[in-house]
Amino acid sequence: MSGDCCEHALLADDPRLKLVERAMKRLQYQPDALIEVLHTAQEAFGYLNRELLAHVAAQLKLPESQVFGVATFYHFFTLRPKGEHSCIVCTGTACYVKGAGEILGRLEQEAGIKAGQTTADGRLSLGTARCLGNCSLAPMMMLDDTVHGPESPDGAANKLNRLLEVPHEQG
Amino acid sequence: MNRVELAELAEAVTAQQQSCRMRLLVCCGTPCVAAGSQAVVAALQERLAGLGNPADLELVGTGCQGPCSRGPLLTLLRPGQPEQVWQKCTPELAVSILEAELQQSAFPVTNLLPADWPFFRCQTRLVLANSGRIDPENLEQYIAQGGYDSLAQVLHEMTPDQVCDSVVQSGLRGRGGGGYPTGLKWQLVRKGSGSRKFIVANGDEGDPGAYMDRSLMESDPHRILEGMAIAGYAIGAEQGYVYVRGEYPVAAQRLRKAIRDAERAGLLGSRVLDSSFSFRIDIRIGAGAFVCGEETALLASIMGRRGQPRIRPPYPAEAGLWGCPTLINNVETFGNIPSIFSIGPQAFNAIGNGKSRGTKVFALCGEVVNNGLIEVPMGISLREIVFEIGGGLANGVAFKAAQTGGPSGGCIPAEKLDTPVDYENLQALGSIMGSGGLIVMGEQSCMVDVARFFMEFCLDESCGKCVPCRTGTVEIYRLLSRICNGSASQRDLQTLEQLCQMVKDTSLCGLGAAAPNPVLSTLRWFRAEYEAHVSGRRCPAGGCSMNELPLHLLGEQLLQRIAALRCDGEGY
Repeated sequence: MSGDCCEHALLADDPRLKLVERAMKRLQYQPDALIEVLHTAQEAFGYLNRELLAHVAAQLKLPESQVFGVATFYHFFTLRPKGEHSCIVCTGTACYVKGAGEILGRLEQEAGIKAGQTTADGRLSLGTARCLGNCSLAPMMMLDDTVHGPESPDGAANKLNRLLEVPHEQG
Repeated sequence: MNRVELAELAEAVTAQQQSCRMRLLVCCGTPCVAAGSQAVVAALQERLAGLGNPADLELVGTGCQGPCSRGPLLTLLRPGQPEQVWQKCTPELAVSILEAELQQSAFPVTNLLPADWPFFRCQTRLVLANSGRIDPENLEQYIAQGGYDSLAQVLHEMTPDQVCDSVVQSGLRGRGGGGYPTGLKWQLVRKGSGSRKFIVANGDEGDPGAYMDRSLMESDPHRILEGMAIAGYAIGAEQGYVYVRGEYPVAAQRLRKAIRDAERAGLLGSRVLDSSFSFRIDIRIGAGAFVCGEETALLASIMGRRGQPRIRPPYPAEAGLWGCPTLINNVETFGNIPSIFSIGPQAFNAIGNGKSRGTKVFALCGEVVNNGLIEVPMGISLREIVFEIGGGLANGVAFKAAQTGGPSGGCIPAEKLDTPVDYENLQALGSIMGSGGLIVMGEQSCMVDVARFFMEFCLDESCGKCVPCRTGTVEIYRLLSRICNGSASQRDLQTLEQLCQMVKDTSLCGLGAAAPNPVLSTLRWFRAEYEAHVSGRRCPAGGCSMNELPLHLLGEQLLQRIAALRCDGEGY
């Protein structure tokens, strides 16, 4: 991932960092507010890199190990950059009963990556969720922020390809 | 706002609603939005704007109306007329309904649901009374439904002890799955000593296949806030937290707005409804850990730490958030509280069966025809839920099992369909009430594979603190995988049973202790299926690919091959 700007040391005038600073200030630098701060940080940066975690640890006066421990404990936090688009296949019980496994298999084949990975060109992150709470749409998936369901393996693959056909957008 | 002003506002809004010749309620729950309800709303808005937005025609975007698989749903309310519900409503159909009213002609019958449709008829809606009836972001509409009246009544007419006693009388038990009597818990926290006390609403709905809490938070957020405020008054807390699952951003956003609106109206914050009681509520967003449904893990997470449970006692009722007495209830439990005071504890207690009183919300999904969110009185039979409300199984598939309680629950077989659904009876069947996911499975579901599915979930979600859960779930998963791929022996089946019992008995928290339940319950009711996998090397449901061999067969096969080679004269 060399060449990615996010991998460099944090810049003090980075607007994303300012968002994090503001959140910490609002929460009065309380160590108890760690998860809130990490939520803000991930929203701003898209993922949590090591420098960012070290910075948060220093500001909240927590050991880095604890911050790292919390960030890796929860599924929601990611320490790697995400792809431009996200595709999340729900693998909750209702979706599982109705064939989410086949959909996931088909999409993995289509994208050439396994669930939890990002394509080499950074266009797509494929993931699974433990239940997105839309069981009546089972089997369902989420493409970026849109809910799709009920899906068939072919239909899901078509929708994914259509999403990826849209030319690269900045921002 | 004081109590009189609250009553006046409720009256004024109700009068305005009754003066409407037509109120169109379009469901804007997530499934209906995915099915296109926003286009329906837009079409109706455009037509109404064309008419100059007459005051006697009202369009409301509501929360979940129930039969989610039939969305978009449109409910029509007219004064003095029975309500009508259309399913799979298109923008054209919605506009034609509006036109029919304007021209006084007959309403279209396409996609109109029958008036006595069992899905609605068999339900008793207390917690979901306002779901699908009001705009969740509109405080006035909640007040018009009698919202915050219970809080006013409690603050002005009752002492905290009386409030706790009423909850005890109602017989309400925890709706998160444990089933601990809510009133007793309140009394316990009330007696707890500490300068500060806290209320926590558990909205970290992690069970796969359950979305009652999401729906309630999204469709009727004020009800939860009101329940929490009543609890705050009863136990002497001034601060509450709603812990919302990270995957539910809409729920968090609606709750935030609801808190802001309620504070502005003087229904939360300092001096609630002009009384001496102050109560603040904050939102905490979960970060994706199933174990945070366990109360001590939940508290750790609110305090910014890894969500790992600790040994109890001390229970959170004595030492919870920052060591202070803390009351933790599920959001659905808090959703029941306003109803207890609006209909009275006796009336609430009159609903139900045995020691389970009141109603329960279920997310009915899987292979049934009518997927959706339902609220039924405790003690209703499973058959009624699946075949009346759910409309039976789709595509003529035969019923095989109903799964309740998610990864902590079990599978209930067809011969137990007439069991009344309540805490005790479900437990006797080896399942649990759980938070309310109810997944119906047909004959093509392999029960061993289902057990493996849940075990995979548990091993992934195990927090890693105690050994039985951390390694036990992995071992159980490996054994189940071997049964599924045909490489297990009879001995493995015995080991599986022993291991399940061990994990159940020795795990630190509820996650580990309940993790073997799906295996134990399927072993109990579908043992023949396990035997078929192990002895017959076949999957009766046809789902598992038996492409591996057990060790003893592997040896035999090798000997045969060697013998065959010898016969060919090739030697070895």
